[in-house]
Amino acid sequence: MDAYTFLIQVLNGIQYGMLLFLCAAGLTLIFGIMGIINLAHGSFYMLGAYLAWSLTERLGNLWLAVASGLVLSVLFGLLLERLLIEKLYRRDHLYQVLLTYGLILIFEELRSIVWGDDVHGVAVPAGLAASVPLTENLSYPVYRLAISAVCVVLAIGLYWLIQKTRLGMMIRAGSVNREMVESLGINIRLLYRVVFALGVALAAFAGMIAAPVSSVFPGMGNQVLIICFVVVVIGGIGSLKGALVAAILIGLVDTFGKVVTLEIAGVKLLPELAGMTVYLLMAVVLLWRPEGIFGKKL
Amino acid sequence: MTNRHALIVALSVVALVLLAALPAFAEKFYVQLFTKILIMAIFAMSLDLLVGYTGLVSFGHAAFFGFAGYLLALVTPQYQAASLWLSLAIALAGSALLALAIGAFVLRTSGVYFIMVTLAFAQMLYFLFHDTKIAGGSDGVYIYVRPLATIAGWRPFDLENFVHYYYVVLALAVATFLLLWRVIASLFGGVIVGIRVNEHRMRSLGYPTFRYKLACFVLSGTLAGLAGYLATVQFGFVNPDMLGWHLSGSVLLMVILGGMGTLIGPALGALAMLVLEIAFQALPVVGAVNIGKHWQLLM
Repeated sequence: MDAYTFLIQVLNGIQYGMLLFLCAAGLTLIFGIMGIINLAHGSFYMLGAYLAWSLTERLGNLWLAVASGLVLSVLFGLLLERLLIEKLYRRDHLYQVLLTYGLILIFEELRSIVWGDDVHGVAVPAGLAASVPLTENLSYPVYRLAISAVCVVLAIGLYWLIQKTRLGMMIRAGSVNREMVESLGINIRLLYRVVFALGVALAAFAGMIAAPVSSVFPGMGNQVLIICFVVVVIGGIGSLKGALVAAILIGLVDTFGKVVTLEIAGVKLLPELAGMTVYLLMAVVLLWRPEGIFGKKL
Repeated sequence: MTNRHALIVALSVVALVLLAALPAFAEKFYVQLFTKILIMAIFAMSLDLLVGYTGLVSFGHAAFFGFAGYLLALVTPQYQAASLWLSLAIALAGSALLALAIGAFVLRTSGVYFIMVTLAFAQMLYFLFHDTKIAGGSDGVYIYVRPLATIAGWRPFDLENFVHYYYVVLALAVATFLLLWRVIASLFGGVIVGIRVNEHRMRSLGYPTFRYKLACFVLSGTLAGLAGYLATVQFGFVNPDMLGWHLSGSVLLMVILGGMGTLIGPALGALAMLVLEIAFQALPVVGAVNIGKHWQLLM
């Protein structure tokens, strides 16, 4: 593998990892702050991708689609929290798993009714359709670079929001002691609703910007969900920093697992077993630190 | 209390008699449906040992179910029958070993981590069979001939016969029920329930809780393997979906719907899920399938 191919794979890995981070960030925030294990998180990713597709068809422009899609997904998140998730705060994890698993099935059915079961593609927006030439026959699409850049900006923004603002302070306080924050006169219900909507919006946004590079297909949410779980487990539940590190790590491991060939004693291991690499990584991390890289001690 | 106890025993006996008499009056379709229900009941009971009694919410239980099925597929020569005894022993031993290996990892975690990590391990196995050429990759593989139950030339029953097969499954489901019932009533059962209620206290009482949990995990995985083996025999094929998380989710639903911490509950949950599935499939509206089934869970 020469240097340019290597560079391309590193960029691909980071871009994939950053998308995973956007999804996993919502998952880990919702868990870390609200104590909710949300299996339906992948569905929000799917929702985002389908919104991007159908709104681009209607509005003719991905930017407009993303903007309006974001508004829709925030509203959707607020509504969902108000109607269903709110009932789960005092419930056992088992019931959270049950309800959110039910939600996955419901969302899949609704998706199938509203948008059908076909695979769709979204065109890369005109301004970003170019490629950066690397060598005579290798180039790298600008759009993928743009995805990574946007995600980095969002990650920094998220860090700033949680660590440096008053809202972030309230959110962090709410995760430590709900009653205390409530007794200080802060509307914790509203706060939770905002966090949930934020998580939904992040996942949906990831789905929207990923739509032009992957395709839009049924079941896409589940794939992402499970990888996001792995990210959250590796990074440590509730830790944004952990989610970022783990997401990049997984992005790179997954990408390289698919392009590197590895043979031990005549048995082809990679890329044949590429699907397993991220789970193996998780197993290793769990052996080393069961609470995840940046998790609190169990 | 004794009255209630007597009622339960009486109901169980009636249910058992009805189940035993089923092939006498039901059509083939219903006998096969009940075979499937009993298999899923074994599966759900095995999971209940973890979820309901030990307090370990496993979201990857299909791993053992599917793995045993794959083992049967791998030991069955093409177009020929495998030996029931040998293949069953391999499938059970295989799922027990798998449960031991996975359990040693996942039991280091607890709570939400446990849910996610069991899911991730099941997915790992899913990709192993999905991405590689072992047993047909993503298409799965067909088993054309059911295993033969021959002991030294004598064949006590024929699995190709759907009534015979129904009785085999019924006997195994009852055996599973009795086994789990005895386990739970034993000192071991007391310890695992203690672990669910307060693991720290059990540990300070001197019980090596990790080993107890691991033993539970292995027993549960082995029984799930039994269910997977039986399902594979019934349907005659395996594919990666048998390891998938949809199945893990469905069986968890059966356990919770039926009532965890009881053995009969998950079995009834399996019955309810499969009957509902068929009832909803008859409905013309696609969306009603899931919405009808899951909105009632929101209470």
